[in-house]
Amino acid sequence: MCAQRKSSLALISSLPGPEDVYRKVLSNGITVLCRANFNSPSVSINGYINAGSLFDSDEKLGLADFTASALMRGTEKHSFDSLYNELEAVGASLGFDAGVHTTGFHGRALAEDLTLLLDLLSETLRRPIFPDAEVEKLRHQLLTGLAIRAQDTSDMADLTFDEILFQGHPYARPEDGFPETIQAITRQDLMEYHRKSFGPREMVIAVVGAVEPKKAMDATGRVLGDWENPNQVDLPVMSEPKRLDETIKRHVKIDGKSQADLIIGTNGPRRTDGDYLAAALGNSILGQFGMGGRIGDAVREKAGLAYFAYSGLSAGIGPGSWSANAGVNPANVNKATDLIVKELKRFVKSGVAKEELSDSQANFIGRLPLSLESNSGVAGALINIERYSLGLDYYRKYPDLVKSVTRSAVLEVARKYIDPDRLAIAIAGS
Amino acid sequence: MPEFTKTTLSNGLTVLLKEIHTAPLISSWMWYRVGSRDEAPPLTGISHLVEHMQFKGTPKYPASIMDKAISRDGGMWNAFTFLDWTTFFETMPADKIDLALRLEADRMRHSVFDEKEFASERTVVASEREGNENEPLFQLGEAIQQAAFRVHPYHHEVIGDMADIQSMTRDDLYHHYRTYYVPANAVMGVAGDFKTKEMLSRVKELFGKIPSGATPPRLARSEPEQRGEVRLSIEGQGETAYLEVAYHFPAASHQDFFALSVLDSLLAGPSNLNMFGGGGISNKTSRLYRALVDKELAVSLSGGSTTTIDPFLYYITLTIHPKRTPDDALAALNVELQRVQDELVSKEEVSRAIKQARANFAYGMENITNQAFWLGYSEMFADYDWFLTYLDELAAVKPKDVQRVARLYLRPQNRVVATYIPAEKGE
Repeated sequence: MCAQRKSSLALISSLPGPEDVYRKVLSNGITVLCRANFNSPSVSINGYINAGSLFDSDEKLGLADFTASALMRGTEKHSFDSLYNELEAVGASLGFDAGVHTTGFHGRALAEDLTLLLDLLSETLRRPIFPDAEVEKLRHQLLTGLAIRAQDTSDMADLTFDEILFQGHPYARPEDGFPETIQAITRQDLMEYHRKSFGPREMVIAVVGAVEPKKAMDATGRVLGDWENPNQVDLPVMSEPKRLDETIKRHVKIDGKSQADLIIGTNGPRRTDGDYLAAALGNSILGQFGMGGRIGDAVREKAGLAYFAYSGLSAGIGPGSWSANAGVNPANVNKATDLIVKELKRFVKSGVAKEELSDSQANFIGRLPLSLESNSGVAGALINIERYSLGLDYYRKYPDLVKSVTRSAVLEVARKYIDPDRLAIAIAGS
Repeated sequence: MPEFTKTTLSNGLTVLLKEIHTAPLISSWMWYRVGSRDEAPPLTGISHLVEHMQFKGTPKYPASIMDKAISRDGGMWNAFTFLDWTTFFETMPADKIDLALRLEADRMRHSVFDEKEFASERTVVASEREGNENEPLFQLGEAIQQAAFRVHPYHHEVIGDMADIQSMTRDDLYHHYRTYYVPANAVMGVAGDFKTKEMLSRVKELFGKIPSGATPPRLARSEPEQRGEVRLSIEGQGETAYLEVAYHFPAASHQDFFALSVLDSLLAGPSNLNMFGGGGISNKTSRLYRALVDKELAVSLSGGSTTTIDPFLYYITLTIHPKRTPDDALAALNVELQRVQDELVSKEEVSRAIKQARANFAYGMENITNQAFWLGYSEMFADYDWFLTYLDELAAVKPKDVQRVARLYLRPQNRVVATYIPAEKGE
């Protein structure tokens, strides 16, 4: 008993909390979060600015993604090669990627090189010059990426699933665009997009690793504190996605594939919704716990139909999706579909058993120290705390929040979102 | 770096323990000296299938019980099969590690290999292989191994040939399990928040009584030297062409491995040897990126070798630019590889490679699972000292060493050149 008590205290105190996470909002609107970790001489940064593919027109879909990829292709001070040379020479990394609502960045370095990393972050965010030759090189790389995507059963099933589920809504569109939209984007478009949408307002950055939080805070303030962009516009307001009236099934044929990817699902909650945690626990039982929850058990363990079969919840700023995924032999697509739909029906009819819920609750609480072990894990957690206004004491409260979810709350959230007669079903493969 | 303890139990089980008190976690790994290099047709892929069956239960811990018990305690567990080894690990909250130790001890000896469970797992593994077959680079990699190794059992992919996956029997698997899963053929590595004395005593209690078993012999069929460049091509769907060039490379325990690691870093960016948590360093200022991607012959490139007992391969993989051909890229690649043989690299380039390796090691130190991984992993092809002295060995590499190994290994006679040609651009 003594050992257990000691360990629970150690568990709680090893998690980020108000007394060891330093948070400050700079005068230009940037929120900075820092936490020290001296277990390894390394440091991670993670964050986002308030610009994403919501700004993209249909004709130039992929503009936000193209811009994010082009930030490091040259700045006022550095060519593409010299910028990467600075990073790679010290074993550091920095990268950007655009989502629907935000453009994210992430980097890591030895702690001795944090200043260099922050300088280059600031420079690439604020002063990219999008050199012509580099933009054209990047365009070919993006187009090749799209050609590979067209042959990838997993990517094409994802894309098709979003098209069905979010028809007429911005979430239906792939952030990386299509070949013709990437061809349509000009260097002028990149510059204009950067000028209008990149700015400090609502930007968030977390710095975690072997550096005193005050020093990390000062170093961040020094490079980003004077950033202003009076032209920065707000993201357009997004409508609610409509629910499907009936089940819609679409099969994208890709020749020569031994395996087909199957996605079956529906709408899900926002991360900030009150029933998010109930949905997350329900999803664990449905398709995560152990070897893929009930769905893994039915499709993989019992029927032996798939190497992977699980369900997932993608809850973000807007309402996401709740889906089951499996990779199966093309001859087994219908069989796997039937098994998954059967599990969805059981889930909304009977809910979950007491023991199933307590198992997943124990898993959610017990796995925290593991998920928050690395600098990038903690930095990601701090970013989520800020993005979804969870509060700096979120991980300290988390065990109680998880334990407070009841079986009826899980059943209610399952019924709210999952209607087995109104599903999006996407298949990609031969 | 914290101290570690290495000991061998009376039944031959090697145990490495390392205390790390940075988080309330413990990671335990059990390694068996068996992998795809211990297989011959018609049993290719059997090591991997046996690994899968190790999750299908013992009389004491039936399949569904094991998964749930680990998950309930907030643990993570998995297993990997590779050319030279098979490994099982659990990372648990520190006060829950005993469950993992008990499970691992139990399934070293008492796995059931139920006929019905095997029938279902066979199709799961067939499905895993079908997923791999979807990828052009898997198809190329498989063809390269077949071409590079006529004699050595590195000839086949770890997952095995579909014909063998479909035909092997439960008894084949059980025999393989009982032959190789014995203490004398195993290495256990545990790192995390424990006291060494207490952990060692618990390990002895749980594993010490398992009968030693005979140390199984390993297949030893040396690959004769390749006499001349081998070329092959595969045709498939899509519109993207790939070029993969593979050179015969020395074993990880060979002294040349370190100079070659520096060479790899210069040519294609640093390889990440960590299984968890390292990597992420880009390669955009590597020599080959500048010569091939910057010059628009390819749109991306990677390079890397792996740590093996016997000589294996160093791969350079290129995604070809849509307006160029694999031959264009190969010509430019040859020029760069000749350059590194003709001209000494600078001292700065060598020190840069060393700093990159140091950074990768620091990233890998952020998590306990990765630190526990190294305890046993290094023992599979050398020993833990190999890991402890790796950075020092790199630091001792001189420009002339890099030139010497480039001349010795990066010869056309020593390579397989493989292309994936999309059907749309083919005949």
